[in-house]
Amino acid sequence: MDTATKKISFLGTKQIGKGKSISTPQPYWNPYVAGVGLGLVLLAAFVIMGRGLGASGAFSTVVSTGVNAIAPSFGEKNEFFSTYSDQVSANPLKDWYVIEVIGILIGGFISGFLAHRFKKTVDKGRNISVRGRFTYAFIGGAIMGIGAKLARGCTSGQALTGGAQLNVGSWLFMIFIFIGGYAAAYFVRRQWI
Amino acid sequence: MSAPFFIHGFFGDGTSLLIAVIIGIFFGFFLERGGLGNATKLVGQFYFYDMTVFKMMFTAIITAMLGLFWLSYFGFLDLSLVYLIPTYILPQIVGGFIFGIGFVMGGLCPGTSCVALTTGRIDSFILILGMIFGVFVFGEAFPLIRNFYYSTPMGNATFPRLLNASYGTLVFVVVIIAIVGFVGVEKIEKKFANK
Repeated sequence: MDTATKKISFLGTKQIGKGKSISTPQPYWNPYVAGVGLGLVLLAAFVIMGRGLGASGAFSTVVSTGVNAIAPSFGEKNEFFSTYSDQVSANPLKDWYVIEVIGILIGGFISGFLAHRFKKTVDKGRNISVRGRFTYAFIGGAIMGIGAKLARGCTSGQALTGGAQLNVGSWLFMIFIFIGGYAAAYFVRRQWI
Repeated sequence: MSAPFFIHGFFGDGTSLLIAVIIGIFFGFFLERGGLGNATKLVGQFYFYDMTVFKMMFTAIITAMLGLFWLSYFGFLDLSLVYLIPTYILPQIVGGFIFGIGFVMGGLCPGTSCVALTTGRIDSFILILGMIFGVFVFGEAFPLIRNFYYSTPMGNATFPRLLNASYGTLVFVVVIIAIVGFVGVEKIEKKFANK
């Protein structure tokens, strides 16, 4: 009984007592502990699959599959979309990352749900409207999508995965994410602080 | 050498997709546990009030890096069979810079936006729509940027190969850099937390 309770509270379910609400969001884990967990997942991907983690590639697969489904002739004419869809049919690992991203969605939900952190909300600073935040989110997302495609990966596929492999291009990418972020931070500060 | 298991044919494509879900679930789980499903927490990195991004990212990198090193050192894992994204210097530098700008504007990266989405963050949904739009624009503009995309190729470039230094030494150097970084960001965080 004791170990069972412990295990549940380890996963984040609030123990009832002292008059506290059961739905109080749990504090986040220590970042170093969560980081070791993340590192072990990455290592497992290397050992089991011979590949690291990824996220942006799945979005490319979805976009090129969508383009080829909606307008096949258009997709065929475009080098990027046609090579991507060729790779999809020829290479099961393109699908692998789509399925992995579905896993990310599930895992994020499980963790958030168990820790009572699921909340329909908009994360933003106090000095910006919801509409303003949405505008920044859309533009930021679009810029990030372009950057990730140009670099052949994102924070997962390049920075994290390639970082652990001591991949030269990945380290350059990672360093310049920080440079780009710090360079732009001042101009968008109204959104966050 | 028995790893990577998939490359050695221990299981087929079907099983690999099941593994994809499981790995993804743990990936998403730890991202959310660390608080990376929250845009205001993530961007703390760029305003110095919350350095979780650096701490988690570098802890994960050194954990996996040490694992790769020791598993290959003891002959369990054949590193040459682990996929490496080829290096293209200029596209990756420019891509990183652009990505960083988008990151601080949007507040989430592609992986963390998924976690934010399933924990109810509506801003992440808009960001994902933006990302899909960005990928589409990139595909559209690809003929124009094709030459740049394939410029400055270096093939499979790792630091041990590039610097002609021993793998173990470089792993050690990265661990030292990370530890110095952790001490530094803890100090920075304390200094800016009260603001």
